[in-house]
Amino acid sequence: MSKKRNIKILMIIISTLFVLLMLVFPLASVLVNSFSKGLEFYFNSLKTEYFFSALGLTCIVTFITVIVNSFFGIIASYLLTRYSFAGKHILATLIDIPFSISPVIAGLAFIMMFGRLGWATPIIDTINSITGWNIKIVFAIPGVVLATIFVTFPFVSREIIPVLNAVGTDEEEAAAIMGASGFTIFRKITFPHIKWALAYGVVLCSARAIGEFGAVNALSKTRGMTFTLPLEIDALYLSGSSDSIVAAYAVSSILVLVSVILLVIRNILEYRSDRIKISVEERAEIKED
Amino acid sequence: MYIELKNVNKRFGDFQATKDISLDIEKGQLVALLGPSGSGKTTILRMIAGLEMPDSGDIVIDGKRVNDIPPVQRRVGFVFQNYALFRYMTVYDNIAFGLDIKKMDKKAIKARVSELLELTELTGLEKRYPNELSGGQRQRVAFARALAPEPGLLLLDEPFAAIDAKVRKELRQWLREMIHKVGITSIFVTHDQDEAVEVADQIIVTNNGQIEQSGTPFDIYKLPQTAFVAEFVGNPVFVKNYNCLRGFTDGDYDYYIIRPEFVEAFKSDNIHFKEIIDFSQKGIIKDIMFCGNMLQVSIDVAGQEVVTHRSMERRSISVGEEMNVIIYRVFAVSGNEVTLLENSFLKEMDLTGRNREKYLYSDDGYFAG
Repeated sequence: MSKKRNIKILMIIISTLFVLLMLVFPLASVLVNSFSKGLEFYFNSLKTEYFFSALGLTCIVTFITVIVNSFFGIIASYLLTRYSFAGKHILATLIDIPFSISPVIAGLAFIMMFGRLGWATPIIDTINSITGWNIKIVFAIPGVVLATIFVTFPFVSREIIPVLNAVGTDEEEAAAIMGASGFTIFRKITFPHIKWALAYGVVLCSARAIGEFGAVNALSKTRGMTFTLPLEIDALYLSGSSDSIVAAYAVSSILVLVSVILLVIRNILEYRSDRIKISVEERAEIKED
Repeated sequence: MYIELKNVNKRFGDFQATKDISLDIEKGQLVALLGPSGSGKTTILRMIAGLEMPDSGDIVIDGKRVNDIPPVQRRVGFVFQNYALFRYMTVYDNIAFGLDIKKMDKKAIKARVSELLELTELTGLEKRYPNELSGGQRQRVAFARALAPEPGLLLLDEPFAAIDAKVRKELRQWLREMIHKVGITSIFVTHDQDEAVEVADQIIVTNNGQIEQSGTPFDIYKLPQTAFVAEFVGNPVFVKNYNCLRGFTDGDYDYYIIRPEFVEAFKSDNIHFKEIIDFSQKGIIKDIMFCGNMLQVSIDVAGQEVVTHRSMERRSISVGEEMNVIIYRVFAVSGNEVTLLENSFLKEMDLTGRNREKYLYSDDGYFAG
């Protein structure tokens, strides 16, 4: 028994040290450094035009990404769990590509498509000449959005698919036998099951969208126009003066703050869905006794 | 006939779930579809409900071909294996769901739901969620929900599978009574022969996507028509080398099926069997299993193992003890044919059947031997 306890203590020490060294200290030093030139400097470095541009763009990109990916994620998970068709497994694997592919490649892929020599560029040009619009993809906001969607699109569906699989189709069939339409079934039966998974997927998707660097970096070159917060931090840092480096830390601290908030939301969501489940089961057991 | 299936085929990929199935069910009957898993029974049920489409053949409900009619217009109620109660709705909303969909008047819904709550003895639980109910209560909600839109036909998929053994027996009786009370034609799927025999008015035995036999529980049990039914029902023991059993030396069969109730084993000093002791043969007890209300005894008779049940009221026995064994009858199987054979000695003396009670229920008391 005491040997088992020792192992437990040892494992606690190792894990704690590891988390401290790898995560907590580095992040703490970001915060400490961001205040190294005083509070006034901190707030001043958050008052630049570049910062507001980057913050605004990050919010817009994250918002669009979450909307698009939630919509896609719900449809894809429903399709993959409720229908069988040829190539289903291939589709499921394709959806997971962003998990395994380097984000830089995602960025480059869109350059290959929509860049000067890209095969889709003539199509965009044609659309522009007919409608009189001036749609630009690469090195413009649409490219940033596309790249972010690319790297985050499995998050929602990966959360929902296991839930839909676990819930099964019985309840939906029961509703169908009683004459409920497809939309009613989704609204009244399916959606209540997946709402927490969806919320969880949205949080994960947002966190990743806000922090995405590699894919966006390949497609965004204009500071103050198409830079998101991570790119802004990079630009500040690379400019090399001691002031701008501290400013980079200040902007980083905002990202850290957002991450912490998302983490808290994530844990609340997790706790909530668990607690509902547990309390209901406990009550049921009491009843059966 | 209220429900007719005519030459129905259904294939899932490489798997032929039903092969050319035809069946008839009369109005008001409580029918069991009995068979092992993969025998096609659930597929039949789901095709009747409209949850699966047959590849070919006709499904007729109340004189109307329903193949192309969606489930809701077939007027069927369906109780799923795990009840499939709507987890995010209260008991009330579960039962009211089908009526809501029909856009029924709120007052009428309320009246119908309370009527069903009363019928299923769930009054007072309408605000509960399915997770707050016991297994038996959940089944009753599922039953009430299926009945709410007043279907003409009730389909139940393994209705007792998700309930623990203790409550299951009670619920069988409850369901049987309830269905007869409501008077609705019902079909339930089960792999449990006891359940089918106990609950159903009619049993349809399925195997390998085909129907083996259809009849009353009594017929299915006593007069199996195919080798499969003889093997699936009862607690059969298979005997290949049957010529060594006294009274069954004739005939040319593949093997015998012997049920415990076909076998009598008694001690040689048992006076109640003295008339027939000459027709018995010796056997050695190999194993005794205590089954609560009786013993299940395995006996080695001339190298063949047979099984019999023994009342707890009879004298105690032990492993290795020598017993006198008489086999009253057997099912002889050749190919898919089943023949009931009576013990030739006892038959000659007219000691099977009619006179057997004399040995079992003697003046000295029940099972005095």
